[in-house]
Amino acid sequence: MPTEPVLVLRHAAKSFGAVQAVADASIELYRGETHALVGENGAGKSTVVKMLAGVHQPDSGELIVNGTAVRLSGPADAQAAGIAVIYQEPLLFPDLTVAENIYMGRQPLRRGRRIDAAAMKDRVNELFGRLGVRLDPDRICRGLSIADQQLVEIAKALSLDATIIVMDEPTAALSAVETARLFEVVATLRAAGAAVLFISHRLEEVFEICQRVTVMRDGRQVLSQPLAGLTAHDLVRAMVGRDIAERVATGRPAAGEPVLTVEHLTREGVFIDISLQVRAGEIVALAGLVGSGRSEVARAIFGIDRYHAGRVTVNGRSLRAASPSAAMAAGIGFVPEDRRQQGLVMEMSVQQNVALASLRRLRRAGIVTGGLERRFSADWVARLQIKYGRLTDPVASLSGGNQQKVVLARWLARKPALLIIDEPTRGIDIATKSQVHGLLSDLAGSGVAILMISSELPEVLRLGDRILVMREGRLVAEFARADATEESVVAAATGQLAGAR
Amino acid sequence: MSAVVAPPEPRGTRADVRSRRLTERVFRARESGIVAVLVLFVAVTAAIQPRFLDSSNIQFVLVNTTVFALLALGETMVVVSRNVDLSVGSVLGLSAYVSASLFGSVHGISVMVVFLVGIAIGLVCGAANGLMVAAGRVPSLVVTLATLYVIRGIDILHVGGGEVVASTLPSSFTNIPLYTVLGIPYIAIAVAVVVGVGAYYMRSFRSGRELYAIGSNPEAARLAGIRVGRRVFTAFAVSGAIAGLAGVLWAAQYQTIDSSAGTGYELQVIAAVVVGGVAIFGGSGSAVGAALGALLLNTINSALNVLGISSLWVEAIAGFLLLLAISLDRVISVRLATALRSLRARGGA
Repeated sequence: MPTEPVLVLRHAAKSFGAVQAVADASIELYRGETHALVGENGAGKSTVVKMLAGVHQPDSGELIVNGTAVRLSGPADAQAAGIAVIYQEPLLFPDLTVAENIYMGRQPLRRGRRIDAAAMKDRVNELFGRLGVRLDPDRICRGLSIADQQLVEIAKALSLDATIIVMDEPTAALSAVETARLFEVVATLRAAGAAVLFISHRLEEVFEICQRVTVMRDGRQVLSQPLAGLTAHDLVRAMVGRDIAERVATGRPAAGEPVLTVEHLTREGVFIDISLQVRAGEIVALAGLVGSGRSEVARAIFGIDRYHAGRVTVNGRSLRAASPSAAMAAGIGFVPEDRRQQGLVMEMSVQQNVALASLRRLRRAGIVTGGLERRFSADWVARLQIKYGRLTDPVASLSGGNQQKVVLARWLARKPALLIIDEPTRGIDIATKSQVHGLLSDLAGSGVAILMISSELPEVLRLGDRILVMREGRLVAEFARADATEESVVAAATGQLAGAR
Repeated sequence: MSAVVAPPEPRGTRADVRSRRLTERVFRARESGIVAVLVLFVAVTAAIQPRFLDSSNIQFVLVNTTVFALLALGETMVVVSRNVDLSVGSVLGLSAYVSASLFGSVHGISVMVVFLVGIAIGLVCGAANGLMVAAGRVPSLVVTLATLYVIRGIDILHVGGGEVVASTLPSSFTNIPLYTVLGIPYIAIAVAVVVGVGAYYMRSFRSGRELYAIGSNPEAARLAGIRVGRRVFTAFAVSGAIAGLAGVLWAAQYQTIDSSAGTGYELQVIAAVVVGGVAIFGGSGSAVGAALGALLLNTINSALNVLGISSLWVEAIAGFLLLLAISLDRVISVRLATALRSLRARGGA
């Protein structure tokens, strides 16, 4: 290995508001190596990628490219520094040709500053030749598979003479054959002297193509060394690392009758053959990596998305597909992942948001008045200890944690038999977090069935009576509360299956 | 997608050629389709009423189309970048009145200067639109809807109850639409050349291609380092300038100009652009197609007229044809997408 690294990120930190995304990240990349960057969801990998892409600027720390300290104030700076980033889902121009996508803004010119289309095509063919792939330069990009779109981006990186190529979970959406082809391309890039930073959740891929690895946890680098001599188990332990979180004393009565039964649910290309059951008074936690299809399953159960096969039964009755109103009528409440976009009407008041799912019950002679809404919501707002100015203030004026409680209040007001909750505590402070946890636990205690999706392992282990793990659209493992450890869940989620069912 | 990928083959194989032919065919089809409909329409109309092919009628249609074809060129630049310019009718009206009234107020003013004044008026209006859209980050639909009324308002205040009448205009100006070569009006040829140059610019220059890129995926355009604001500003400024030019031509054709000149033209122009195969959400289409769309709509108007169909029907039929064009466009793009996908699956690599 050459002694001089082409890229050094040293003690970088980045905060967004009060949230510290990256506390202390360090990476060294050398010519001709493929370097893996791994870590749990939220470990700060994506923030590091965006620092290298020039999208985010570190608050502190330094970035050195080819021996010179640089500051990337935008994507153009990163490009100029020889850094190219291949995202999981590339951003292309669907109406333009492959060649134009690669050379947009840099098209070869002929006399009169006109674009030399023939030369552009030749160059693109030459790039694809170097990569050992075959794509038609004249074809428009609409309809290209994700794998081919990535190849277009890689060819673009090559055309820019990028020496540092960052691939952010490139294989997440690829088939096995496409992945194999991508790895050949990565090997080609490496042989040509590029440094490749490869981010992946699939540890077997890391061992297949990488020479060195950096592990991040909670925004910090916890390990950086050659892969030789390490095992997948070592990586998982480094990724999880923290003390096992304390469990909530259950003290809840044993679970009752099945409320939700999902049989062989399939949505092509998203999730396959999902069967699960949630019983009254039980919290089932659905764990897995971001993109493993958890939220999509929840959306399909609630009827937001269609599914191609399978069946959903609520309290013994088959539930009509693709109809949120049927799901609501059957007693399902749904707290989506992104409360700002999907959960709340930000411009509407606190009371309107709370009452929103209960308007049918609230109306008098078909009319819903502010007074009715106020009386109705005041009760729930008090029970959930929501902090607000006035009930008529827009919900946007509340803190994130209180906004989440407003969404919860809306659904609790309907007295649901089943509550589906996606990322219940994302982005809310610790105190409110434990309140929400207590609330969910109490709810289950009162006999509500809860299906909870969470990317936070401590939360999953704390609240879940049973823990189901999804990977790449399939359910791959189920743990009883007593058997689950952070390591076993991460291992199942990343494909290092230890305790599969 | 679980595509079956074939082992690497030499370049230029069947799948390659097939995909190229397919895309080429579809892109050509957008313009040749309009020409085909045009020919069909002319043929049917002429069969019923031969008077339709009189050289005077052809000249009438062509001259009428020039204003719309010009407006369509400017509108294409804007629409391709995923914007819309609703103010072109008002800009045309203001430019038509102000420029034509110069003949009355400035004795012996040259026609060339009048044209330049019209273009300048349009340029100022277009630049104002562009500034608000590009720098103010206000959606163009809102900005140009507002300027549609503002500019028309300025026009009305300026004109008052008056009008420019033909007697104040010099013959060197009013004769412009009358000159012909081989029976074809000079201005139709001139406009065809201008549209052709505009289309060539959009196809073969970086800044032109960048308009398509912006319309195709604004976020990707930004990441590719395209100066999105500058390009969008330019598109609006050019669209305005062209509307100003069209205003002067309009004045030369109609010769009686009051404050209502060009009212409602913006929607006719957008109709022409869409019929001409420019995607309303940007990213594809050509100015030539848009100009042909304008020609088609004008021909249809004239044909319905010649056939003695009540003018009450004209708008309804034009609207129906617009729906037809949009549906056709949708069908083609869905077909194209499916074809490209299946090609991928079969051809592989």
